[in-house]
Amino acid sequence: MTLQIENLTVYYRTLRGDVRALEDTTFQVADHEIMGLAGESGCGKTTLGHSLIILKPPMKYIKGHVALDEQELPIHDMKRMNPFRFKEISLIPQYAMNAMNPTRKIGKMTAELLGSRGVNFDAIRTELMRRLDLVNLPDSVLDMYPIELSGGMKQRMVMVLSTLLNPSLLIADEITSALDVSTQKAVAEMLVEFRNREFVNSMIVVTHDMSILYQIADSIMIMYAGQLAEKASTDVIIHSPRHPYTKLLISSLPEVGVRYTETKLQGIPGKTPLLLDPPVGCRFRDRCPISFEKCMEVPPFMEVEQDHYVACWREF
Amino acid sequence: MLKLDNVSKVYRIGTFGGKELHAVSNVSFDVQDGEVISLIGESGSGKSTIGKMILRLVSLSSGKIELDGVNISVAKGRALKEYYRYVQGVFQDPFSSYNPIFKADRVFDSIREEFYPQLDNQAWYHRVGSSLHAVGLNPEHVLNKFPHQLSGGQLQRFLIARALLLDIKFLVADEIISMLDASTRIDVLNLLAELKERGLSILFITHDLSLAYYISERAVILYKGCIAEMGVTEKVYENPMHPYTRMLMASVPRLDRKWEDVNIELKGQSSEVAKGCVYYDRCPLAAKDQECVKRRPPLLEVTPDHLVACWKL
Ligand SMILES: Nc1ncnc2c1ncn2[C@@H]1O[C@H](COP(=O)(O)OP(=O)(O)OP(=O)(O)O)[C@@H](O)[C@H]1O
Ligand SMILES: Nc1ncnc2c1ncn2[C@@H]1O[C@H](COP(=O)(O)OP(=O)(O)OP(=O)(O)O)[C@@H](O)[C@H]1O
Ligand code: SF4
Ligand SMILES: [Mg+2]
Ligand SMILES: [Mg+2]
Repeated sequence: MTLQIENLTVYYRTLRGDVRALEDTTFQVADHEIMGLAGESGCGKTTLGHSLIILKPPMKYIKGHVALDEQELPIHDMKRMNPFRFKEISLIPQYAMNAMNPTRKIGKMTAELLGSRGVNFDAIRTELMRRLDLVNLPDSVLDMYPIELSGGMKQRMVMVLSTLLNPSLLIADEITSALDVSTQKAVAEMLVEFRNREFVNSMIVVTHDMSILYQIADSIMIMYAGQLAEKASTDVIIHSPRHPYTKLLISSLPEVGVRYTETKLQGIPGKTPLLLDPPVGCRFRDRCPISFEKCMEVPPFMEVEQDHYVACWREF
Repeated sequence: MLKLDNVSKVYRIGTFGGKELHAVSNVSFDVQDGEVISLIGESGSGKSTIGKMILRLVSLSSGKIELDGVNISVAKGRALKEYYRYVQGVFQDPFSSYNPIFKADRVFDSIREEFYPQLDNQAWYHRVGSSLHAVGLNPEHVLNKFPHQLSGGQLQRFLIARALLLDIKFLVADEIISMLDASTRIDVLNLLAELKERGLSILFITHDLSLAYYISERAVILYKGCIAEMGVTEKVYENPMHPYTRMLMASVPRLDRKWEDVNIELKGQSSEVAKGCVYYDRCPLAAKDQECVKRRPPLLEVTPDHLVACWKL
């Protein structure tokens, strides 16, 4: 088991009170598993990713345990996390692509990044070149400025960098969302390739593009308003989901060939709850078409079938 | 109607601006009132540059852009302000539109100062509130917060709400929904469709072919700054003729089947001006030949309202 998370709860401290962005989450990611993470925008996906690697104010650790390869991660202690960060667990943040410093050459940036982590650039140079080659980037990228790279090239560069030290876990936050479909495909397949070559043991791939997850993920986990809703194998989530939110989410996906003039797709009626003061019980309750009295209590995230977890009272 | 007439953009890059980067080359198309045109292309193909030229955020190197017959590429001062009353844009990376040290609401204030100085507070908040509701945000959730306190999707919708504060005629929507989940995407798309029905024209820049199909009447496929193919959406999708468009259509991730092995070569952007077809390096057509290297293929109408730029049709 690469990653084991137990009852992890993380809030944002704000002047108006705590934003309860991640509530009591328990789940595992197995060795070699590529887990997709999806859910409404604002449901806590980025928060979950950041909690595992840079939990700093205004984020506030409330409770829970995280173990990576059976070793407890001191996520609440920024300093003690240092030896793990980038080496054992690596994050490609949302918008990493645009965050590259435009006035620094890629090579220089790489050397600085490695230096700041106590890694000697020259010692790892051969491996870096080998991996650039693998993702079809010419050695000359190291002499280029970020603006000279296409989006797909930047994303591949970021991927090579963040996995250079063979971390156990890679968290990739929306890394394909700005690319065109052909480049998306290439980058997504590269994720699989990196896993197959064991540059990375397991991955959490955050994205809104369910159809990409369908292509590359082994499992998909769905979140709603800071709580876990469902986790199962990719096929099960796409073809036979059991949580009402997952069902509605999947059915609102447009496919090529659907035109609003002919088939008007429907979003999910209602609004996301306020995480500053979330509803008691199941947070999907207000929008759920099948809710009943029991939903005033928080539904447990239970294994209803092997490797299929659902948090919904209608399921037990 | 908005009309792009032979528009090009050349950036100077490198030390002392010694290199030229042809971001957009001789692009012409028009957008009718109440029409949605989608602009599709890979990262770096020049989509945002086109959007920014329409919004006058970057200058044109050559060509002109007209709104209802008036050349706006030279508008200044009062004329330019008037133009912004009708033409607004929302851009792909929402974070860059905010100043992290101010509350996110500040993006609304500039609209008020510029265009609605006479409105009193109550009328103004009412207007802001209904704009936020229109994009599926609860004002209570999002007002009075700093940008980092909102998620990517929330910030994005905030910006759409900002554009809706004005009664605009033309919206440049640059990848505005890639950061949203499926159900919110549909809500925002349906909102755009509704606005369109009321006469708004939209340049819908996207990488997602299914979303483009859902909403647009016409599609423009861009490759390295040149139009590869354009026309009525059905024709472009059902009968793609340019090899690049065909490759795109084959790469669309679907839920009913897994990716086939389409060979995708990822080459860098070469910044030199090739005299020939910009797609030559990647073109898989067996028939490609010297003609493709020597001369740039013109964009020709193959059937009514379906244009393709390829020598080997
Ligand atoms: N620094 C912060 N202070 C207060 N609230 C925050 C902060 N950062 C995020 N939030 C809130 O926490 C919730 C979860 O945010 P998060 O960024 O994790 O969402 P997400 O699932 O990644 O969304 P998206 O898909 O839009 O990127 C949101 O409601 C957001 O408004
Ligand atoms: N200010 C600038 N200076 C120099 N080159 C630039 C500048 N802005 C953009 N470019 C270059 O112009 C080309 C087109 O960029 P543009 O942002 O229009 O692409 P895009 O199609 O919007 O891509 P994406 O899908 O990644 O947003 C790219 O090669 C880019 O690097
Ligand atoms: S627990 Fe209740 S409200 Fe929540 S999803 Fe299940 S039925 Fe709906
Ligand atoms: Mg996020
Ligand atoms: Mg762009």
